[in-house]
Amino acid sequence: MKELQELARTLLSSGTVGVVIGWEEGPRGARPAFITDAADSSRLIFDHRCTHNLATYLSPRRPHMARLGKAAIVVKGCDARAVAGLLRETQVKREDVVIIGVRCGGVAADPAGAKPLTAETVAERCPGCTAREPHLADHVVGEAQPEPPGAPTRDARIAELDAMSAPKRWAFWQAEFARCIRCNACREVCPMCFCERCVGDKTEPQWLESSPHPRGNFAWHVTRALHQAGRCVDCGECQRACPADIPLGLLNRKIAGIVADRFDYRATDDPTVPAPIGAFSMSDRQEFIL
Amino acid sequence: MALPAEKIEAFEPRITAFVCNWCTYTGADLAGTSRLQMDPNVRIIRLPCTGRIDPLFVIKAFERGADGVIVSGCHPADCHYTSGNYHARRRFAVFNEILGFLGVEPERLTFSWVSASEGQKWREVVNDATARARRLGPFDAFRALAGRSA
Repeated sequence: MKELQELARTLLSSGTVGVVIGWEEGPRGARPAFITDAADSSRLIFDHRCTHNLATYLSPRRPHMARLGKAAIVVKGCDARAVAGLLRETQVKREDVVIIGVRCGGVAADPAGAKPLTAETVAERCPGCTAREPHLADHVVGEAQPEPPGAPTRDARIAELDAMSAPKRWAFWQAEFARCIRCNACREVCPMCFCERCVGDKTEPQWLESSPHPRGNFAWHVTRALHQAGRCVDCGECQRACPADIPLGLLNRKIAGIVADRFDYRATDDPTVPAPIGAFSMSDRQEFIL
Repeated sequence: MALPAEKIEAFEPRITAFVCNWCTYTGADLAGTSRLQMDPNVRIIRLPCTGRIDPLFVIKAFERGADGVIVSGCHPADCHYTSGNYHARRRFAVFNEILGFLGVEPERLTFSWVSASEGQKWREVVNDATARARRLGPFDAFRALAGRSA
């Protein structure tokens, strides 16, 4: 913690950056913090409640962030993959951001409360995580952390769904999507949803009905899933932000499986690896085409 | 879900085909000028290239009452724009699997490569897609989405 605060103080007082994006103590647990004054650096924290992916604040669709000047951003290993995604798709220039990596031992599903990290409170993406060490970083702070508690659960759930008949799966997802209120929190929080104008907001023609209606909800969730193929870094923010508890992490995990299986692509913090959608291979599998 | 035989008789599936201008559309045209007999259930929408076919078109087709959708274009290495079909192949591979995971019966979607000289193949694709949609019956699950309020 001291190391992080000292680094932020140095970066701000030397004028290297205009803002350090990190976490601070808030009234409801950890929350994102934007430190612009070196004297405020002592507000910065990092612990298992820092679940937010701050890379979303680097997205070019947040022009108010640019006014704070060059940014330094604190990232966990999984968040670093989102920064890499923004670099890969030329949304952010490498020289415009200072990346401070923190070593992570898993985060809680809910940033509120000081409960210790256990198999019950851990975010569902964390058990079995392979991205805990940030590679894409100008500075790495903190000691090596223990493995997150608990065991992965999502793959078993996906296998269960895959084994169902199509109408059963349809019923399962319709029940989930029926709760969607189309607040767009999943999109707003996502670091990889960086379109200047989302297809979901277009009105002439209107591709996606914007009211919380089963038909529009289905179209939205298919579209979100499709646009996340090869982009999603599995930071779990969409599911955390969702007020209706739709298991978007499950859908994201499925998509990650599809792109891994078909295009041998896995979310990575190496920005030089090309995105799978937008590239192609002559030998892509086409068993589904007559 | 299979329908009883008499219902299958009465039901005429509506199928939307999104095809590329250079290969499949020309192939379908050849099928027509060759006077090949085929099921009359397919409405063709012509686009410049399979790379121009946004998966949202398919969703829209289902929203507007299609029972099946065909997406067809030039064979690999044959694209008029060099690589449009390769991009489409990746996109639709993912789209196809996502729809399957969300519970759309895979038989409602047909992807094919049909060249300008393959009028015969176009007939097979059309008859095949129609027969599969006929077996599944009307896409009531999707149509029901319109009537239900959340």
